[in-house]
Amino acid sequence: MSTLTEAPAPLAPAEPEHKPPRKRGRFTPYWLLLPGMLWLIVFFALPMIYQASTSVQTGSLEDGYKVTWHFATYWDALGEYWPQFLRSVSYAAAATVLCLLLGYPLAYLIAFRAGRWKNLIMILVIAPFFTSFLIRTLAWKTILADSGVVVHTLNSLHVLDVTSWLGWTAGDRVLATPLAVVCGLTYNFLPFMILPLYTSLERIDGRLHEAAGDLYAKPWTTFRKVTFPLSMPGVVSGTLLTFIPAAGDYVNAELLGSTDTRMIGNVIQTQFLRILDYPTAAALSFILMAGILAMVTIYIRRSGTEDLV
Amino acid sequence: MKTTPDNSGDVRLSGISKTYGSFTAVHPLDLTVPEGSFFALLGASGCGKTTTLRMIAGLEEPSTGTVCLGDQDVTYLQPYKRPVNTVFQSYALFPHLDIFENVAFGLRRRGIKSVKKQVEEMLELVQLGEQARKKPHQLSGGQQQRVAVARALINHPKVLLLDEPLGALDLKLRRQMQLELKRIQTEVGITFVHVTHDQEEAMTMADTVAVMNAGRVEQLGAPTELYENPQTTFVANFLGTSNLIEAEVDTSNGDDIVLKAGGGKLVLPAERCSAPATAGGKVLVGIRPEKIALTHADDAGEIPAGRNRLNGKIADASFIGVSTQYVIDTPVCDEFSVYVQNVERDGRLLPGADVVLHWSPAHTFGLDAAQDIDAGTEEEVAA
Repeated sequence: MSTLTEAPAPLAPAEPEHKPPRKRGRFTPYWLLLPGMLWLIVFFALPMIYQASTSVQTGSLEDGYKVTWHFATYWDALGEYWPQFLRSVSYAAAATVLCLLLGYPLAYLIAFRAGRWKNLIMILVIAPFFTSFLIRTLAWKTILADSGVVVHTLNSLHVLDVTSWLGWTAGDRVLATPLAVVCGLTYNFLPFMILPLYTSLERIDGRLHEAAGDLYAKPWTTFRKVTFPLSMPGVVSGTLLTFIPAAGDYVNAELLGSTDTRMIGNVIQTQFLRILDYPTAAALSFILMAGILAMVTIYIRRSGTEDLV
Repeated sequence: MKTTPDNSGDVRLSGISKTYGSFTAVHPLDLTVPEGSFFALLGASGCGKTTTLRMIAGLEEPSTGTVCLGDQDVTYLQPYKRPVNTVFQSYALFPHLDIFENVAFGLRRRGIKSVKKQVEEMLELVQLGEQARKKPHQLSGGQQQRVAVARALINHPKVLLLDEPLGALDLKLRRQMQLELKRIQTEVGITFVHVTHDQEEAMTMADTVAVMNAGRVEQLGAPTELYENPQTTFVANFLGTSNLIEAEVDTSNGDDIVLKAGGGKLVLPAERCSAPATAGGKVLVGIRPEKIALTHADDAGEIPAGRNRLNGKIADASFIGVSTQYVIDTPVCDEFSVYVQNVERDGRLLPGADVVLHWSPAHTFGLDAAQDIDAGTEEEVAA
C-alpha cells in the first residue's frame, strides 16, 4: 500500500482534478434518504407527536381540548380497559402459536420438498391477499355459521363440548366466541408467518442436513439440532409479524366476535370514532404500543437471534 | 488409535451405477479400496467421482450394484447408520454451533455423554485447541477445513470420505493441507477416499488413484504407475502432459515393437503397450516431455545408439527456472513438448535451431489408436 501512495507523488498537480467529484458525491446518500425521511416525518413522526399531545389533553368536544399534561388519563384508561389489553395479548399469542404450528410444516414443505410445485404453493399462500381483508374475514362468518358444515361436524364430534368447557366457544356456536376471533386472526396473518419462515428455511444449506445425517443424526434429531435452530430468525420475524398486527387488530373481533371478545383495537376504535374521547383513545394507543415494544424487546433478547448468522 | 487390520475398513463397490433419468452419472463400476489406504478418485468435474463418493456415504442410492464395507452390505443403509463419515465440499459446518459442538456433534448423537476429553484431543490433532469456542465463520478457510476433518474423524469411522476438501483453499494453503491430511491419515490409519480434480493433489497424497472420466474408471493404480504407464489417452493427457504421436506397427518381436513414424523408427517395449500391436496396425506412441533429451543437429552423431530419435526444429522456448520448456516442430507432431532441466544449457538451443529429440525406449508407452488423441487435455476438459 505504501508504494501505491508514494508513487503518484510526481503527479501531485493532478490531485485536485480527482477531488471535486468526491466532494460532490459526499452528500448523495443523504439526498437519497430525503424522500423516505420526509415520508416518515409527515406520516409517522408528526402524527405520533400529535397523538402524544392529544393523550395528555383534557376538555370536551364542545369546549375543545387543551394540553394540560393530564397523565392520569393513562392510569384511568389502563384501569378501565386492562381486560381488553389482556384479551388482545392472549388472542394474539394464541393466533401466533397456531400460525407457527400451521405455517412451519408448510414453509418446510415449500422450502425442501415441493420441487417444481414450489412456485404454485407460494402463489397459493399469497393468493388471499388479492381479496380484501374485510371480505376474507366476512367469509369466515359463513364458514363458521351456526348451520354450517364446520360447526355441525364439530358438534357431532363433541369437539364443541370440550371447547365450551374451556371457555373458547359458547354452547353449540362458534361464531361470536373467542375461538372464532382466534381462527380469523390465525387465518388472516398466516402468510406473514409462512413467508419469513420459508425465507430462512430456504437459506439453509442442504449439505448441513446431509452432514447431520452423516454424523449419526436421525431425521428428527437433524430437525431439532440443525434445521430448527437455523430457522430461528424466520421463527422470530414470523411470530413478530403475526403477533404485532394481531394484537392491535379489531376487524376480526368486530366481525367474528361479540361484546365479550372485544380486543383493545375495538376499544380504541370506539373511543376515537364513536365516543370521540380522543385523549383516552390516544393514551390507549400509546399503552398498546409501549406494551408491544416491551414484549418484543424481551422476546428478541430471550430468543438470542443476534447470535445467529 | 490404529485400527486392527481385519479388513472391516475395506470398501468394495460391485457393479454400482447411478442414472438420473436418461443420464448415466456412473457406469457400472467395480472398485476395492483396501483398509488403511489413501485412495483418490481423480477426474474432471462431472465425471461421476462425487456421485461415487456419495453412494459410499449413503447420500445417493445406487441404481444398480452393492456397496460393502468389510463384509457388511450397506447399500440400503441410511447414512446415519453407516460407519463412514464425510468431509464435505465447503465443509458444511453447523453455523449455529461453536467449533467444540461441531466436533462433538457425532459423539452426542450416539449418546456419548462425556465428550470433552475426546473433542479436546481431536482439536489438538488438527491444531485448533485455541479455537474451541469460536463459531465457524470466525475461522479462516484452512481452519474450517480442519474442523470438518476433526468433526468426521472423531467418530472413528471405518472410512473417511473427502469430497474435494481442499477445493476452496488457495494454492499455498492447499499444499500445506495436503501434507497435513496425509499426516493425519498416517497417524489414525483410517481408510481415506478422497475425491479431487487436482491431479497433483491426487498424486502427492494417495497410495492408489482411480482416474475417472465420463462415469467410468479409466485406470487405477499407484501414482507412479499411472504417470509412467498410462493406459488411455485420457490418463496420459489428464495426468501431466504427454506427447502422443500416431505410428504404424512395423514389426513386433515379442519383447519390442518397432514402429514407423515420420520416416523414422521408434521402439516400444511390448509390455508398455496397452493396445494390440499387429503389423500394419496403428498405435499411439506416448512420451512424457521430461523424458526427452535435446541435442543440436550438429552433434547428432554423439547420441548413443538404441535411443528413439526424432528430428525437429525448436518453435518456442520458455525458461521457467528449474527447467526450460521447449515446443518442437517435428514431422509427426508440430507441438512436441520437451522439458529440459537447467543443468548444462546448450546456448545453441534457441527457437529456429534444428535439433534431434531422443529418449530411452523404456520410457515410451503405447496406446490404442482408436481413442481421441486429445482426451483429457486441458482444452478438452474445459470445453
